Amino acid sequence: MTHLVVETISKLYGASAALRDVSLTVAGQDYVVLLGPSGSGKTTLLSVIGGFTAPTSGRIHIAGRDVTEVGPAKRPTTTVFQDYALFPHMSVEKNVGYGLKLRRVPAAERALQVGRALEMVGLAGFGRRGIHELSGGQRQRVALARALIVEPQILLLDEPLGALDLNLRRQMQDELLALQRRTGRCFIHVTHDQEEAMALASMIVVMNQGRIEDAGPPARIYARPATRFTANFMGESTEFSGIVEAPGVIGTKVGKLPHEGGAAGAEATVIIRPENIRADGGGAIALGQARITEAVFQGAHYRVLAAAESGQRFNLRMPPAAAPAPGDVLTLSCAEVDLVPV
Amino acid sequence: MALCYAFIFLPVGVLVLFSFQGGDLPVPPLHGLSLRWYAAAFNDGRLVDGFANSLLVGGVSSALSVFIGFLAAFGLARYEIPGKALLRALIMLPLAVSYLLVGMGLLVSASVLGLGPSLATVIVGHVVINMPLAFAICQAQLGEHQRRIESAARDLGAGTFRVLFGITAPMIAPALIAAFCLCFTLSWDEFLIAYFNTRFQVTLPVVIWDLLRGGLNPETNAAGSFIFLVSISVMAVVEIFLLRRRR
Amino acid sequence: MAVGMTRRTPPAGLLFALPALAWIGLFFLVPVLIMAGYSLHPLNDAGVPGPLSLADYAAFFAEPAYVQALVDSVVTTVIVVVASTLLAYPFAWCIACVVPRRYQRIALIAAILPFWTSYVVRSYAWLLALSPVGAVNKTLLALHLVGRPLMFAYNPQATELGFVHFFLMLNTLTIYASLTQINPRYELAARDLGASALRGFLTITLPLSLPGVAVGAFLTIVLCIGDYVTPQILGGFRELLLPQLIIMQVQRQLDLPMASCMSLLLTVLVALAYLALQRWLRIARL
Repeated sequence: MTHLVVETISKLYGASAALRDVSLTVAGQDYVVLLGPSGSGKTTLLSVIGGFTAPTSGRIHIAGRDVTEVGPAKRPTTTVFQDYALFPHMSVEKNVGYGLKLRRVPAAERALQVGRALEMVGLAGFGRRGIHELSGGQRQRVALARALIVEPQILLLDEPLGALDLNLRRQMQDELLALQRRTGRCFIHVTHDQEEAMALASMIVVMNQGRIEDAGPPARIYARPATRFTANFMGESTEFSGIVEAPGVIGTKVGKLPHEGGAAGAEATVIIRPENIRADGGGAIALGQARITEAVFQGAHYRVLAAAESGQRFNLRMPPAAAPAPGDVLTLSCAEVDLVPV
Repeated sequence: MALCYAFIFLPVGVLVLFSFQGGDLPVPPLHGLSLRWYAAAFNDGRLVDGFANSLLVGGVSSALSVFIGFLAAFGLARYEIPGKALLRALIMLPLAVSYLLVGMGLLVSASVLGLGPSLATVIVGHVVINMPLAFAICQAQLGEHQRRIESAARDLGAGTFRVLFGITAPMIAPALIAAFCLCFTLSWDEFLIAYFNTRFQVTLPVVIWDLLRGGLNPETNAAGSFIFLVSISVMAVVEIFLLRRRR
Repeated sequence: MAVGMTRRTPPAGLLFALPALAWIGLFFLVPVLIMAGYSLHPLNDAGVPGPLSLADYAAFFAEPAYVQALVDSVVTTVIVVVASTLLAYPFAWCIACVVPRRYQRIALIAAILPFWTSYVVRSYAWLLALSPVGAVNKTLLALHLVGRPLMFAYNPQATELGFVHFFLMLNTLTIYASLTQINPRYELAARDLGASALRGFLTITLPLSLPGVAVGAFLTIVLCIGDYVTPQILGGFRELLLPQLIIMQVQRQLDLPMASCMSLLLTVLVALAYLALQRWLRIARL
């Protein structure tokens, strides 16, 4: 059941393009995270989906209906803004009930629903308070309640956790996920924090310079990124670059490695995540020897940087028990499945 | 919206237009353009004296207003004083009352003390009404950023007065100049307090007032247009300074 | 260095504020108090201030012409406040929301430019425009819309017009400042939740702009009720306002105590206005 279809949306500002031919399909109960650095176009895309920005070309379909020409008021989406935009001259319950009031829900029914909404976000009894009396986390919950109470098809969140400190952020992530599961609605969440994305999303959309680099479940995006940018953005990795010698093989500084596609003679790159490089000699593919240049203790593991004589650099993880030290020589190997062409 | 603009500019338009009146009356029809009324205005002794007096009153009262307003703003912004809110309200109080009250108060007090009307009283009155504005403008400029720079200066050994006049004042110089210009313009235009408290040495608005008693006269138009021009120029200076400040 | 720091004792701050406070105290509070005292010593038959008594206040309220002037002052002020606010709000709204951002500054400056003509000069200019031989009448005559010059000047309506002209500019400025301070996200959020443009304005923008409106209204009240120039030039002699009475007392009757009494009554009116608008004025200060 496709819930949201973004069809080749472009947004041009004069000569520069904030979005270039972006297409996306989202199912109804997904928690989608638009992930990318500043200027990647993720906020613009959110704005286009919400109806605040008109695209230069392309169409948007929500629940089977073409809403490209429809303004934010009539679109079945609501947005939680970065600064929450809670109406300062209204109390918490008036803020939350605003959307219902517009829809002419009678006062008694409204009060009931507002009460339920506040309970859902853990702010039962806060109805009478003024906005200025609330902390950052509380304000965000009011913003969520206000947006969800009108039962939108899609809830849009614009970097909602950016203003919170680390502990509060973790807590809110859990609550957001629980909220999404409980309401069963499609959430689309913009962030530049890949850890946040992986924690929340059922589908991550990685964006860069106005285009979608990769889209899919977090596990897949992390382990088998489609592009180099995605690989680098989702986490650290070791890159092996070289020339395609024969179909399925590229020659690199560490010898021949398995690869997919690419014409003979073309340049290609394979990457491998740090946790997949083994120094204990157990892997099927040999990666040669390297000398440790740096070993940084990170609590659960060591982050080890090593360099081979061929110039190839390695980024791997080692357990604390191994006690790696600069100068040690390692024999590295890995499993074939962990080498990802990008 | 266009109607509003037309309404707003109507009197001024008429004023300036007919200051160039070739004929004798500042009303339609316009008998050709001429500068003779401006010449008449500049040659009119009363107008010239009034102009000089206005400059004096404006300059002195504005300087005083900015000086003590700045000091007060600095004191209230940088030090912990009990009842700060009350003091602030007290300083801003003159803004909430009519000029009539200020003028009357000074008139009655002067009379009680046996002092006659004089420009000095007017200067005093103008400081009363303009100092709160200077205070407000300075206060808005004395934020955290400035405080940190002052702390750095103190850290290097500067005493309070050196910080005040060597660091803070130059730092918010544009605001000080803007405050001075605003106070000057308001003093320049001010009628009531001047009218109450002067008899022989009068400021420009009072001179114009006397001229008005004599009926409609293009010379008054010329003088009025000139006043308008000076006011605008001063405010233009303020705009430039404030604009540059807005980074 | 630590020794130097202890010099920052509370009295130092007070020292800086002292000149300002002293000035206000000496040249404002004290004169007002003297004036208040004066009003309680009405002139006796010899033309010299007599013993302590409220006779002047009683005399004021006993004299119908005086009470009428008070009432007229209040009525005029109310009309002017309402009219200038009602005109200024849409005007300010146009400048703040319809005019493209780049031109807003110029539009605003153009709107308040005539502000900088001298008070006296401005009323005179209106007289020029409205008098029987003035520009408006001459135009109407030329266009054959009327047969004789109409009496636009020298009546209460002319005074109100002069006032509204000035306070339109003042209120446009304060309302514009208030409107531009509102976070545009609020209206966006309202629209997002389903509000139409009108609904969004009425429920969000308008309430949030009220403190600015209140500030403008208060300034208008203070300046309007105490103004002498405009009614004197434009108002003719049928209807006198309180400030004109006060000046008459000072210049013609030479009755300073009575004038003081009237001035204090005027101030009481302003104080009442402040109390009425207090709620919004306090929010505006935030």
